[in-house]
Amino acid sequence: MPSNGSVSDAPITQFINCRILRDHKLQREDLWVREGRILDPEKLFFDELGYADERVDCEGSIIAPGFIDVQINGGYGIDFSRVSEDVSGGVSFVAKKILEHGVTSFCPTLVTSPAAIYHKVLPQVKVHNGGQHGAGVLGFHLEGPFISAEKKGAHPEQYLRTFRSGGVQDLTEVYGSLDNVAVVTLAPELANSQSVVRELSQRGITVSLGHSVANLSQAEEAVQHGASFITHLFNAMLPFHHRDPGIVGLLTSDQVPAGRTVYYGMIADGIHTNPAALRIAHRAHPSGLVLVTDAITAMGLPPGHHTLGQQVIEIQGLHAYVAGTKTLSGSIATMDMCVRHFKQASDLVLLDDALNVKATFISGEEVWRKEP
Amino acid sequence: MIRPDPVCSDKKLPALSTFCVFSFQESNTSSVQAVRCVLKLTMKLIILNDYDQASEWAAKYIRNKILLFRPGPSRYFTLGLPTGSTPLGCYKKLIEYYKNGEISFQYVKTFNMDEYVGLPRDHPESYHSFMWNNFFKHIDIKAENAHILDGNVADLQAECEAFEEKITAAGGIELFVGGIGPDGHIAFNEPGSSLVSRTRVKTLAKDTIMANARFFDGDLSKVPTMALTVGVGTVMDAKEVMILITGAHKAFALYKAIEEGVNHMWTVSAFQQHRQTVFVCDEDATLELRVKTVKYFKGMMHVHNKLVESLPQEPKKN
Repeated sequence: MPSNGSVSDAPITQFINCRILRDHKLQREDLWVREGRILDPEKLFFDELGYADERVDCEGSIIAPGFIDVQINGGYGIDFSRVSEDVSGGVSFVAKKILEHGVTSFCPTLVTSPAAIYHKVLPQVKVHNGGQHGAGVLGFHLEGPFISAEKKGAHPEQYLRTFRSGGVQDLTEVYGSLDNVAVVTLAPELANSQSVVRELSQRGITVSLGHSVANLSQAEEAVQHGASFITHLFNAMLPFHHRDPGIVGLLTSDQVPAGRTVYYGMIADGIHTNPAALRIAHRAHPSGLVLVTDAITAMGLPPGHHTLGQQVIEIQGLHAYVAGTKTLSGSIATMDMCVRHFKQASDLVLLDDALNVKATFISGEEVWRKEP
Repeated sequence: MIRPDPVCSDKKLPALSTFCVFSFQESNTSSVQAVRCVLKLTMKLIILNDYDQASEWAAKYIRNKILLFRPGPSRYFTLGLPTGSTPLGCYKKLIEYYKNGEISFQYVKTFNMDEYVGLPRDHPESYHSFMWNNFFKHIDIKAENAHILDGNVADLQAECEAFEEKITAAGGIELFVGGIGPDGHIAFNEPGSSLVSRTRVKTLAKDTIMANARFFDGDLSKVPTMALTVGVGTVMDAKEVMILITGAHKAFALYKAIEEGVNHMWTVSAFQQHRQTVFVCDEDATLELRVKTVKYFKGMMHVHNKLVESLPQEPKKN
């Protein structure tokens, strides 16, 4: 039965027989949703004299907030960094498929590419909410080209760039419009990077440090100018050294401005980082941890050769290498695999005890369910 | 056959002189008839072994009361309710009976005894939060039928008067369930409260504030100092009253309530003058009573237990 309508007449859904993730614990509680927002049922009861129109039986599952993947380069044969006739179609295809992994929002990621690619691809995909059609797009993650040559990883060297025109101008020259961009990864040791970090932060774009040989002071300076994220911690940066921890040192740095947190992405596919290293990072700074897939085209595809941006990648089992080398090139783990591997920690995901995804909801509406 | 029991005339039990015991040959009476006969009695002291058994007995009593009343769309069962640690077990049992399909609260109206003044309604220690988390959210009661005093309105006096009017409009309270404080108070009717008082604003006694501090991180300054409460008179108006008393720390208050005289310093004693009161307690709560009193009422348990037997299955009404 609906409420007295004092706040809204929209139908209310009550998820029963579930465990919710609240206050860092799994608790047995019902979850109430109306128009894509989670409700406080006590307020609903006393203020609106309201209760549920529809009940969804979760059969003991865990309800978790939908997963957000801020670093995913493609999947199922789609490569976001490769221009095709239908860029937005490719993004939508992946958006729909990743619902199966419990991902409800993501940042399509572009690796280092020539300016022409950015100018063509960026305007074609707008920020939009998820729904039945697929996970929501939060904006692009531009990983490069303003990164270090020494830590390029699988990025093509010929397209790396410095801020030779002073900074902000280089951004416009290379990327074109930044309207649909959510995150930019850059190396803070590059000259003129401070003005870029400030400009991007002011525009509300997250600046992430990665593919860099910066030392700790350079990294701290970037954070003070507005940087707030680290791209795949440990990978493509100087290793932790006890006299100069480098970017890794940001996790426990005392130079981070008050009230701000430095978040760090980690690829928990069991390949990019040793589990002990994952645990060290987590124990040092648990509240900053963000799991990412850094998934590439081949995610969801069988073993063999595939493309990533301007390069060819080879899949061997769960590993993806730059063809002919042993350089890791993104991962083919899915988000729910990463979550399971890490064993941690409206847009909702229904999980069983082994953290397998059973169903995915966006704004309280079921958008994917596992076949029984 | 029904005949009065000679114990009735025993002068050594002055506080109990107003009630009589009817004993009867059990083989001739069905449990429903037994319930109806015993309902005509006055004060009952129900003594169970421990907290869990006392909670279960009380819950079954409430369940049977509601079922026998046969509530419906034009006939609501009005229930007065307490908060605190004592009734938690009883609430859990009632929720269990609801989940088993034994009882519905669809046609039950509830009136809580009290609420703090000035505490935000969604504060985890407010009585609204207590009732939501421990009872309402688990059952099928309709929100508009759950009445709790609002301690955050501008005109507290008007709120109290309106609450009394709501009770009257609902036809009075069928069964008022309450607890007892270590100082013998019922609801927030602290020692010295008038025994004919109505719903009003009360300043809390030091003892009560200290007892409540454990819910506010042990910080006395965080505990509310005022509350809205039903009066002793308000509860006395109910058709039937059930007081839950468990734990040794309540034993002295129980003694004062039923073995001494009616006194406004121990406000629960007022219920000696109520037509139909049930005190449900555990062994520990009887520690200050006379052995004779305890033995007497324990001896009555086989009769009183008929009140909580499962009622014969009736076809469910909607």
